Amino acid sequence: MDWYILIQQLINGLTLGSVYGLIAVGYTMVYGIIGMINFAHGDVYMVSAYLTAISIAVFTFFGISSIPFLLLCTVIITIAITSVYGWAIERVAYRPLRDSTRLAPLISAIGMSLVLQNYVQLAQGARNQGVPTLIDQVFRIGDGDAFVQITYLQIIIISVSVVSMILLTFLIHKSDLGRRCRATQQDRIMAGILGVNTDRIISITFVIGSAMAAIAGVLVTLYYGSFDFYVGFITGIKAFTAAVLGGIGSLPGAMLGGIILGLSESLFSSFVNTDYKDVFAFSLLVLILIFKPEGILGTPETEKV
Amino acid sequence: MTSILPTNLSIRHLLLETLTAFAVAAVIFCPIVGIHLNGYDFDLGHLKLALGLALGIAITRLVLALFLNTGVGARLAQHIMDRRQAPVAVAPTTRRLWAHVFVVLVLIGAVAFPFMAKKYFITVLILALIYVLLGLGLNIVVGLAGLLDLGFVAFYAIGAYTLALGHQYLGWGFWQSLPAAAALAALFGCILGFPVLRMHGDYLAITTLGFGEIIRLVLTNWVDFTGGPNGVSAPKPTLFGIEFTRRARYGGTPFHEYFGGEYNSEALYIFTYLLLLITVCIVVYINHRLKRMPVGRAWEALREDEIACRSLGLNHVLVKLSAFTLGAGIGGVAGVFFAGYQGFVNPTSFTFFESALILAVVVLGGLGSTRGVIIAALALTILPEALRQFADFRVLAFGGAMVFMMIWRPRGIIRPVRPSFSTIEANHAG
Repeated sequence: MDWYILIQQLINGLTLGSVYGLIAVGYTMVYGIIGMINFAHGDVYMVSAYLTAISIAVFTFFGISSIPFLLLCTVIITIAITSVYGWAIERVAYRPLRDSTRLAPLISAIGMSLVLQNYVQLAQGARNQGVPTLIDQVFRIGDGDAFVQITYLQIIIISVSVVSMILLTFLIHKSDLGRRCRATQQDRIMAGILGVNTDRIISITFVIGSAMAAIAGVLVTLYYGSFDFYVGFITGIKAFTAAVLGGIGSLPGAMLGGIILGLSESLFSSFVNTDYKDVFAFSLLVLILIFKPEGILGTPETEKV
Repeated sequence: MTSILPTNLSIRHLLLETLTAFAVAAVIFCPIVGIHLNGYDFDLGHLKLALGLALGIAITRLVLALFLNTGVGARLAQHIMDRRQAPVAVAPTTRRLWAHVFVVLVLIGAVAFPFMAKKYFITVLILALIYVLLGLGLNIVVGLAGLLDLGFVAFYAIGAYTLALGHQYLGWGFWQSLPAAAALAALFGCILGFPVLRMHGDYLAITTLGFGEIIRLVLTNWVDFTGGPNGVSAPKPTLFGIEFTRRARYGGTPFHEYFGGEYNSEALYIFTYLLLLITVCIVVYINHRLKRMPVGRAWEALREDEIACRSLGLNHVLVKLSAFTLGAGIGGVAGVFFAGYQGFVNPTSFTFFESALILAVVVLGGLGSTRGVIIAALALTILPEALRQFADFRVLAFGGAMVFMMIWRPRGIIRPVRPSFSTIEANHAG
């Protein structure tokens, strides 16, 4: 094993992992607050990938040629519209089920996931879509065959992810809104009694989760350049794995889990076997759920009567 | 009860709500539906459609809100949305005779059907019956025991590949593979279920989903053993050495030579259909008996309140495991029929979408109801064939129906009906 391949894979894994972390936030916050797995979250991310391509096409059409400005507009528009998607999904498919049977929200979420996939497929066609390469500069360290290269885009992905996570952590731990979120997460009924509009807080949780997924959507779409209506499934499951790995319900856990998953997946695919990298991620998910369901930073769940 | 619609009527409020609905729907539909990506470019071909959709949603919402504020509307809504019904209904025993007559009539119709219908209709019904079988298997796991299994397709795949690979490596025919597939799928169910069933309900769903994907990915990537994406051929079903192909392939005698007469290509399909029908009947009967046995009661009790059951001394792991294993076994049998009917299997038949489809059968049939599952499986396979021009909207409709069912009747349309014991006792006494 050569050192430069290892470092290259670590960088790639870190990039992948920070994206998983951003998407995992949506799973972990929703699970923390209403105890359901938002199965449609991966498809919200998929929608944001389409929105990214659409905004880039539209803004380019209107003559915005400065790449930073174009990206800024794309990010803002994508976050805004994806958030509306997240809000509407919660309103239509989950809110009426608040006091329903245990399985109902999860089945509803699976239905919503099918709806979103088919809706995007009908609207945009089944074929692969893409975005033009906007940023192609590369840092290259080393010379000859032994080199490590970091694309500007990778640096942007990692730094944007870290900054978003820090902002989100501040929002949750320092602001008034964050305090209400945490109160609702700890005890929904008690928070309601103390004057917190818990329905609104739940909506806001979905909006925040969708916004983070939208950031991930923009970054991944720029990074890989192509996507289809089915990308939400695999990415969603991997992000969920990240959330469980870090400890579901815990924000730093989501980021940590994402990075661990990204690194290990990247190392597995380059040093063991590329074909089985998804098998590796799924096996990891199954094994964590069996042996350590509370994850690395989570608290064990106890069922009370 | 939380309602999607406003119930207090004030014109200003109503208009505001309608405008909000329009704005939200417009933001949702305009970019994705209205702006159609065309390479790196775009066109606005469907913008009118997007605005129309948004307008439609806003108007529907306005009309519904107005209707629900009338006396009739409010009562209707109350009636339709009433979720406070008992999970199980108790029926008087008097209707049972008619039910028997009905079942016999349906069975006669089902047996007579293939001899009158065209080959195409027989193949559609064969697929429908395979889904009935899958639905019945998953119904035990999800409907009765309340364990959400999102990887059910794995057991289906194990069954199908047992037939195909058993034939390729061990020279097994259909009849050796049938029990082997059931046993193997059940074994996998048991191995997966044992550690998994102790965990929280939602985690179980994700773990089974992961398992289903692992099986599919292994089948795709292990090219040396499974043939990978190219798949493997599977043997056709036979009857005591009588084969239904033009020439004997598995060392038996072809049907038309044995009985004398012309070769009929429909014979194989008719035979497969009848065999499936018998299997479905057996499974329905087993299901019917199990529901009345202690283990069936334990499944349903555990679904309703796990903590109460555990405090009453039920071994929850064993009870769940029995449901999981039995469901997996039935899935395996369905897989054998699928592979035998197609004559070929490859991993694309076993994606997560297939699991979601089987789940849709169980959910739309009303979790736990055998009748409902049979009707839903038939409807979900026959309707898309009948409505070919709307084929693109199939998944949209399934997904939407799943969401709607969970809001409207989370326990299913048809409530499970049990015979009332008091009536039976009264009859005995009288």
